[in-house]
Amino acid sequence: MPEGADSRQLKFRDPARARDLGRALTAAAEAMGRTVSLMHVCGSHEQAIARYGLRASFPRSLDVIMGPGCPVCITDTPEVDEGVALARQGVTIATYGDMVKVPGTVLSLGDAQAEGAKVEVVYSVTQAVELARATREPVVFFATGFETTAVATAAALLGGVPDNFSVLSAHKYIPPVMEIVAEMPGSKVEGFLAAGHAATITGWGVFEAFVERHKLPVVVAGFEPLDILAALVKLVELVRDRKPEVVNMFPRCVTREGNRNAQEQLFKVFRPAGGRWRGIAHVPNGNLRLRDEWAHVDARRRFDIDLRPLWKFAPPALVQDCICGDIMAGIANPKQCKLFGKECVPDTPVGACMVSSEGTCKIWHLYGGVPDLSSSDAPQGEVRP
Amino acid sequence: MNLRLDLLGERVSMKHGAGGRAMRQLIGEVFTDGFPKAPAGAVGLDAMDDGAALPLGDGRFLVVTTDSHVVLPAFFPGGDIGRLAVSGTVNDLAMMGATEPLGLTCAVVVEEGYPRADLDRIHASMVAACVEAGTTVVTGDTKVMGKGQLDGVALNTTGVAIATRVVRDCGLRAGDRLIVTGTIGDHGCAVMAARHKLDLAGDLRSDVAPINGLIRAALAAGGDGLVTLKDPTRGGLSSALHEMAHKSGVGVLLDETAVPVNAAVRAASELLGIDPLVIANEGKALIGVRPAAAEAVLAALRAHPQGRDAAIVGTCTAERRGQVVLDTGFGRRLLVEIEGEPLPRIC
Repeated sequence: MPEGADSRQLKFRDPARARDLGRALTAAAEAMGRTVSLMHVCGSHEQAIARYGLRASFPRSLDVIMGPGCPVCITDTPEVDEGVALARQGVTIATYGDMVKVPGTVLSLGDAQAEGAKVEVVYSVTQAVELARATREPVVFFATGFETTAVATAAALLGGVPDNFSVLSAHKYIPPVMEIVAEMPGSKVEGFLAAGHAATITGWGVFEAFVERHKLPVVVAGFEPLDILAALVKLVELVRDRKPEVVNMFPRCVTREGNRNAQEQLFKVFRPAGGRWRGIAHVPNGNLRLRDEWAHVDARRRFDIDLRPLWKFAPPALVQDCICGDIMAGIANPKQCKLFGKECVPDTPVGACMVSSEGTCKIWHLYGGVPDLSSSDAPQGEVRP
Repeated sequence: MNLRLDLLGERVSMKHGAGGRAMRQLIGEVFTDGFPKAPAGAVGLDAMDDGAALPLGDGRFLVVTTDSHVVLPAFFPGGDIGRLAVSGTVNDLAMMGATEPLGLTCAVVVEEGYPRADLDRIHASMVAACVEAGTTVVTGDTKVMGKGQLDGVALNTTGVAIATRVVRDCGLRAGDRLIVTGTIGDHGCAVMAARHKLDLAGDLRSDVAPINGLIRAALAAGGDGLVTLKDPTRGGLSSALHEMAHKSGVGVLLDETAVPVNAAVRAASELLGIDPLVIANEGKALIGVRPAAAEAVLAALRAHPQGRDAAIVGTCTAERRGQVVLDTGFGRRLLVEIEGEPLPRIC
């Protein structure tokens, strides 16, 4: 069956409705008579915005900034170093494909692999556990991702793992970092688009305290183009009406209380701990670390991870020009980085944002480096037959 | 894009065979240099077109093209390496405007230990594809390599045909329309699913087929109004559009919602995170026409069994020369040509 019929069945991708929402968004934003800055905190949102060329339909007075929403990008250098050190100590590291190229202080896991270390790419924690079952050698799952993926790690541990399996947790917890960004000096962000899939776990209620404290509206959004446009319209209206509220625009998946069972499992295994997010700051309660009851599977406690051999080298010169931190904090965009698309490309990334499929730089590079291609400078001409 | 990418490293990598920028750079830097010039009036190596056109002196041209085929797996839903080898070369001739191939050569390189039964299957489907295309194999060569020196089997086919008018891939100007002859992404998706044993629901079948008959119908309907032909094989429709835009010095505005894609391919590509626009096709053409000829060519294509899903998908523009702007139906963005392979080798 050719296009026509099936695309129209996807009601969250209906271009006609998108145009209506685009007009509503423009009307709402322009009625404010000034620039409005909104932040989303999710790589999947940036993916959808870039993929569908949505930025071209945003009014000029609306600034949609990508915040620290890529779990791979915000995994801090010392955390990567821990994985690299373990791999070089002869332990098999199993991790998500995106992590392999992320630069550590000196080496990435991919570099360690090229040196002979055992690094296995897995698609899920379950696969890492299977890997451990098939061998007697120690296997460490280098666990990255937000609460969405952390739940899967927790469930695997609760389900029972072999003795040679342990977890190096670099899991992160999104709600605390929103506080950091909201409090960042000079922040112009007037409202947040919250990630629908994370809210599926936490529930939208988790943002109520945030809204109360910062008097900034939060709208929970899904990932289809219409989801995003509708959520942005709502968010601009909340800013305009000075209504700091949480609004759930993804009700087909998200409830107020979220997935209780998942939350229970998550916090049975992990505890929130303070720690650095790459390029952002120290985020109180922003890391998920294994609880004491799980010390026997905690790679940090089972192994003596010696990072010193990695620190003898000077950091690569290019890294000093990398502005990933500013990009993830929403202060700069990739176009403002002098490495973007030149020294820093997906095959040879300098910063973490060019590595992950959810990184802003990778996404912008993939979709032409000019995500704000406005219709005014686009070619003329009627396209449809 | 004005990027200076050092895609050509010290050694050849898979991306140099992927049909994207890396491959063109490798060919440009290593292979096209140094040969004596082709005869006057010829389309030669430097044109980097689908084939060569050598003037016969009577106004006609001898069109020649050659193509090597390695595909994993050699047998996939909808076809096999034999059908691919015949179709690929017949189609490359057709993309030069030569739709009546005089004959093909076929060179086979086989690995020691390769099953005889598989060779028989490959041969049978080459015969069938020749009959469909109205041509035959007129000479050939066979080599056997030691175990491990080759992965299974590789085929090379060369085709020759006479053309009175050579159609290039560089004749576009602003206002011209771009037509695809059917759904895109079928071949690459089918091969990928077979190779990685992706147990995907839905009917993923390669579109591999000789389409010289379809092109003949389009040429008859469009006449001089049909100005460019290109088969969107490796690198998919995206690479074909970029190459046409670049060589013709025009911009392209592509209407994504008009591009025909099978539901199964759409689902699979979404699942795999690969844009159907960069996935290979082996039985489709991208046709550039003058605006006045667009409807006639479209009608002729749709009247042919291989062109039922043909659609006008884009317009050439004077702005953004060499670039492809994608109208997603929601907004516009640049379509970037892939640098290397979005997936392992597929044709």
